[in-house]
Amino acid sequence: MSTHDLIVPAAAATTRPWRERLGTMVPILVLAPSIAASFVYVFVFTLWTLYISLSNSSLLPTYGFVGLDNYASLWANRRWNIAYTNLFLFSGFYIVGSMAVGLLLAIAIDQRVRGEAVWRTIFLYPLAVSFIVTGTVWSWLYNPVDGIQAFVRGLGWTDFSFALTANRNTANYAVIITGIWQSSGFAMALFLAGLRSVDPDLVKAAQIDGASVFRTYRRVILPTIAPIFLAVAVIQIQFAIKTFDLVAALTRGGPGVSTTFPAIYVYDLMFQRGQIGEGAAAAMMMLAAVAVVLVPYSLWIVWRRRAEGRNG
Amino acid sequence: MAEIAPNASFDPARPNPTGFDPEAAAATRRHFWSRFLVYAVLALFAMVYLVPLLVVIFNSLREQSEIARNGLISVPRSFRFDAWAQAWGSYCVSGTCEGMKRNFFNSLAMTIPATIISTILGAMNGYILSKWRFRGSELIFNLMLLGVFMPGQISLMPWAFLLGKLGLTNSTYGLVLIHVVQGISFTTLFCRNFYVSIPDDLIKAARIDGAGFWRIFRKIILPLSPPILIVTVIWQFTGIWNEYLFGVVFTSGQQQPITAALVALTAGGTTARAYDVMSAAVLIGALPPLLIYLFGGKYFVRGLTQGAIK
Repeated sequence: MSTHDLIVPAAAATTRPWRERLGTMVPILVLAPSIAASFVYVFVFTLWTLYISLSNSSLLPTYGFVGLDNYASLWANRRWNIAYTNLFLFSGFYIVGSMAVGLLLAIAIDQRVRGEAVWRTIFLYPLAVSFIVTGTVWSWLYNPVDGIQAFVRGLGWTDFSFALTANRNTANYAVIITGIWQSSGFAMALFLAGLRSVDPDLVKAAQIDGASVFRTYRRVILPTIAPIFLAVAVIQIQFAIKTFDLVAALTRGGPGVSTTFPAIYVYDLMFQRGQIGEGAAAAMMMLAAVAVVLVPYSLWIVWRRRAEGRNG
Repeated sequence: MAEIAPNASFDPARPNPTGFDPEAAAATRRHFWSRFLVYAVLALFAMVYLVPLLVVIFNSLREQSEIARNGLISVPRSFRFDAWAQAWGSYCVSGTCEGMKRNFFNSLAMTIPATIISTILGAMNGYILSKWRFRGSELIFNLMLLGVFMPGQISLMPWAFLLGKLGLTNSTYGLVLIHVVQGISFTTLFCRNFYVSIPDDLIKAARIDGAGFWRIFRKIILPLSPPILIVTVIWQFTGIWNEYLFGVVFTSGQQQPITAALVALTAGGTTARAYDVMSAAVLIGALPPLLIYLFGGKYFVRGLTQGAIK
């Protein structure tokens, strides 16, 4: 920069319009491929899938218009209803569970413990590995013949029973527990970042007032990090809706159809049973589930930003 | 917020009174038990988090006969690396006996270019959308952001069609393309949020000095970028390496990335399960992101919090 002097305007007056136009063009040109790719990815792909969902596509996409037939037959299907119910069940327990564990761990670590980095690393490492790895390993641990049940029985408690994945009524809880194991570290990291951002004077003031640790957290600290709860929940719900890998590796949707999730069902319809139209309809329902969560959330974010902007 | 009594006579700076004080002794005891509780909670959860990892590591080193006899969770009584060698190079999955090495390299060949390209694009986009705003640039940013939230299932059919047209079905290049397009939204979000905090005056001063678009990027933005670039690279690498849906849908057999191959390997369940080899295979699949996380964990967390809270 120092090689250029501040007299550019006079010297460059004649070439200015050309250079200026080029100057304004460069950023847009550089941005253009990304804009195009994102536009295609977000809008064209969505409309395309929407269109397929309204067509009579079976093995290959075809474009005979059949209206909402695919949606009707999707919702008439028992397995899809199980999948959608599972999604709600899983999302609820998974989000509450991983937030509860994450918050507990974050608060514990926040008590000025020794070896904070070590604890954090231990709780966060599952996040680095894939749902495939986690699901595979946990499917072994849940295996009644080789896993946890066999281990505890080997210790002497011979009628101990822990066979979640072998039973259609409990298999969903195996998915939930594994999901919580994988992602409570994520919640912990966000909560910890939140706890650290709380104004220390505020905490000190509460303590001076004689508030107990519990009360300080409940009344002072947690309310100030309320937005983080919402952020964690929104991100976790997205995980829950999109999660395909965890179930694919852990239970493969079974026993029977008990752990079918929408993501699994879309895959089955499109690539196992050659019902592309209905599969696309199921994918659109997944998008709808994401939108139900995200649209109100983003509106809230925008509203909050505006409010902050007004209040300075 | 907290109600502070305006006439509080308490002075936090004043040292505690010395001498014996039953109340203070009780407080010390309470303090001890609360410390104990904190560490007990941490230790309990640490065990729950570490046991699965230890189980897999041990089983990859135990003899299969010993696993069959004593179950998966047990103190290792044998120690050998055979399972690793088999899992890497010679274990048979659905007819081919090449272990995981090909899939491992497939995953590398997919992850490295996709990470680099999407990070470069993200950095450029972030730079433009924060420092070279134009009419509609906020709208474009929000449009790109939508990509973060799209379920992959929506794009399956369109990708299948496009990859077919481009001749990239069942190829690593096809997966690179998918991950770049999908990754742009994440990398742009990360970089843009970071660059916004670089003072505009710095850019203005450089422009008055006659520096152009590229020069400002090279001389001002890039030197300030390492923190966010590391975050982005770690995030993209682990995310792409761990991805399964596109891998299993668009590739098969020898072209599969390691996640898809792992599922194929562990699904073959008719014979007695070779837990030793499967454990080694699982660890091979988990190792690259785990190593990246161990060495860059600090940045990993930073990436998480930045991406989520903003």
